[in-house]
Amino acid sequence: MNFVYAAGISAIMGCGIYLLLSRHTMRILLGVMLLSAGVNLVIFLAGRIGPNPPPIIEAGSYTLSPEAANPLPQALVLTAIVIGFSLVAFASALALQTFRTSGTLDQRELADAEALGSPYESKTEGSR
Amino acid sequence: MNLLLSQALIWPVVLPLATAALCALAWHRPAIQRWISLGGLTLMLAASILLLVQVETEGTQTVAFGSWPIPFGIVFVADRLGAAMALITAVLALAIAVFGLADIRRRQEHAGFHPLYLGMIAGVAGAFLTGDIFNLYVWFEIMLITAMGLLAIDRTRTQLDGTIKYAVLNLLGTLLFLLAVAILYGVTGTLNMADLGRVLSESEPSAALALVAAMFLVAFGIKAGYFPLFFWLPASYHTASIVVSAIFAGLITKVGVYASFRVFTLMFSVDEGGIRELVAVMAAGTMLFGVFGAAVQWDIRRILSFHIVSQIGYMMLGLALATPAAMAGAVFYIVHHIIVKANLFLAAGAIYRATGTYDLRKAGGLMGSHPILALLFAIPALSLAGIPPLSGFWAKYMVIDAAFADSAHWLAGVGLFVGLLTVFSMSKIWVEAFWKTPPLERKHARRVPMAMLVPMAILGLVTLTIGFAPEPFVLYADATATSLLDPKTYIEAVLGPQAGLDLGEQQ
Amino acid sequence: MNSMIFTASARILFALMLAASIFILWRGHDEPGGGFVGGLVASMALAVVALAEGVPRARRMLRIHPMSLAGLGVFLGFVSGLPGLLIDGSYLTHQWVFFPNGFKLGTTMVFDIGVYLVVLGGMLALVFRLYEDAP
Repeated sequence: MNFVYAAGISAIMGCGIYLLLSRHTMRILLGVMLLSAGVNLVIFLAGRIGPNPPPIIEAGSYTLSPEAANPLPQALVLTAIVIGFSLVAFASALALQTFRTSGTLDQRELADAEALGSPYESKTEGSR
Repeated sequence: MNLLLSQALIWPVVLPLATAALCALAWHRPAIQRWISLGGLTLMLAASILLLVQVETEGTQTVAFGSWPIPFGIVFVADRLGAAMALITAVLALAIAVFGLADIRRRQEHAGFHPLYLGMIAGVAGAFLTGDIFNLYVWFEIMLITAMGLLAIDRTRTQLDGTIKYAVLNLLGTLLFLLAVAILYGVTGTLNMADLGRVLSESEPSAALALVAAMFLVAFGIKAGYFPLFFWLPASYHTASIVVSAIFAGLITKVGVYASFRVFTLMFSVDEGGIRELVAVMAAGTMLFGVFGAAVQWDIRRILSFHIVSQIGYMMLGLALATPAAMAGAVFYIVHHIIVKANLFLAAGAIYRATGTYDLRKAGGLMGSHPILALLFAIPALSLAGIPPLSGFWAKYMVIDAAFADSAHWLAGVGLFVGLLTVFSMSKIWVEAFWKTPPLERKHARRVPMAMLVPMAILGLVTLTIGFAPEPFVLYADATATSLLDPKTYIEAVLGPQAGLDLGEQQ
Repeated sequence: MNSMIFTASARILFALMLAASIFILWRGHDEPGGGFVGGLVASMALAVVALAEGVPRARRMLRIHPMSLAGLGVFLGFVSGLPGLLIDGSYLTHQWVFFPNGFKLGTTMVFDIGVYLVVLGGMLALVFRLYEDAP
């Protein structure tokens, strides 16, 4: 079963890496999202997936039942999802702002940072 | 009050976080934010000094949040390295915040400079003090998101472009880190760094663990700007406003260095699986490519950005050798470098204020018009170049001496050669900005405000102190290196003496 | 967006979603729910208003800047740890007060409200930024 999971995760992450190689900023971001989804699944798998009941303490008892799922990876995945979500949200706001100021999201045309203070041109200060 | 003192460990992280929250509450009142920020950072400095004194007198400090039993809950641990890094963070954060009084513009404050800055400081301090590997990831991400906000604070085209490059590569780095943590958790079933150190020292080497080690090295390499992963650094740091560049140059990359020191002493050993050779090659590459990159640049900020990369190489050199002397040199180097590099960026900001340009070809004549600035630039510049008796000389001396002692002659040779080229770059800035007659004559010299000169003077004073009285710092670095290379002390401090005992019998 | 039906129903949706978010926040300690989900629902409530009546209107309804809201949330999180430090000597150890009729109040509630506000503030800062037209 582990092999099936691993194959699925590697398919997702492979798509993510393929998208990362694109020149378009939004595609790169989508690639990052797919990669982070793959990583989250790896965390899940690291906590051993099986047909377990959810880790909720029954009313009246004070401990988890022994066959309950491992709650720690779930907490980790939740944290990772929230953080990944906020980062991607921030990055997409950034991409939107870039599109508004530069009119393009193609990385070939976005070279303002490199041009600033480049040693090979003399009139770089004017581009600011 | 006693309770507050007994938990000095939490304050260097909690205080900037609370201060950031207060600043966000006063969103439309930058004047109030400014003073809240300075007050919070002063308190943080006091707390970090207290923490260092406690660590020095009572040994490694541990706090478990929410009273969870220790390998399960999140712990904060301050050993000598962590406490020293927290203190240096506080010193630098306060100095740069004072500099910011003169340099930060109203618009940047309205875009949320203060909450972002304090949030980033909290993230850095958290990364230095946490004792939980997943928590380290969380602090990395807090640092990353606030850093993105700070980099793009003016929303100019160049900044947005630089920020996207920075963001994508660093996102990739943190994802690799998280992946490594996930696999590590699957193999060992624990996330507490001390517990990981205990479990990993007993476990057999396996493919999964080798993969984890490699991913940690790449992830921290992206953070710290190791060769061949440093390309984002000179492509983005110079776009930010100078205060942001200074704090980034001083702290952010050093978090990556700190994390690799922690992971490759406590959990993995550089002796196994050819990591030592790999790190050595990366160290040499980092030093060489950084300094060559700097040699052709004319923009002060770009020169300094490339020099961050080259100096990181010296720290890696310490890790590659992993002898007590080399580690001590690397720790000393980190402390010296944080102060000096941030100070140089501040000097670049002051040069910009005085000449109106970062381009060295257009600057000039500052020696005559701003002699105090010239002096304040000379201290960190000479120190970075490793001129005795400033702090950089002792740092380079310790690292390179350790390399000779370990008969890694080629690494020592590279270190000496790079030091020579550093002198070239620093003298280039000196000649172009200070000695050369300016291409454009100014009628009125532009004044550099006191709020800029005072923090530079204070950081310069720290450099001079380390330079002229290096002994206490060297002794501290030696003690730090000894405890770093003997993970038993760290593990015992966190898990209790029994855990260390088991480890001793195993070995 | 100029849709009469949407604009008219936006206010009702807003009130319903805000009430639901507070309910989710309240039941969150012992049952599924909590500050994070509640904050998401509340931010969606305001996002509906922003879609229907424009971002400036939604900003006015909120009165304070979204980031101030998030700051308040972080500050509440910081404060919620202090009683534990004073009583138990351990930061973020949560303290509870039990009433005879089974009702209980704890510092986790303060922390949860903090999470609610952070999520609400952060989401709104983003949503408003994305909905606003190009300058």
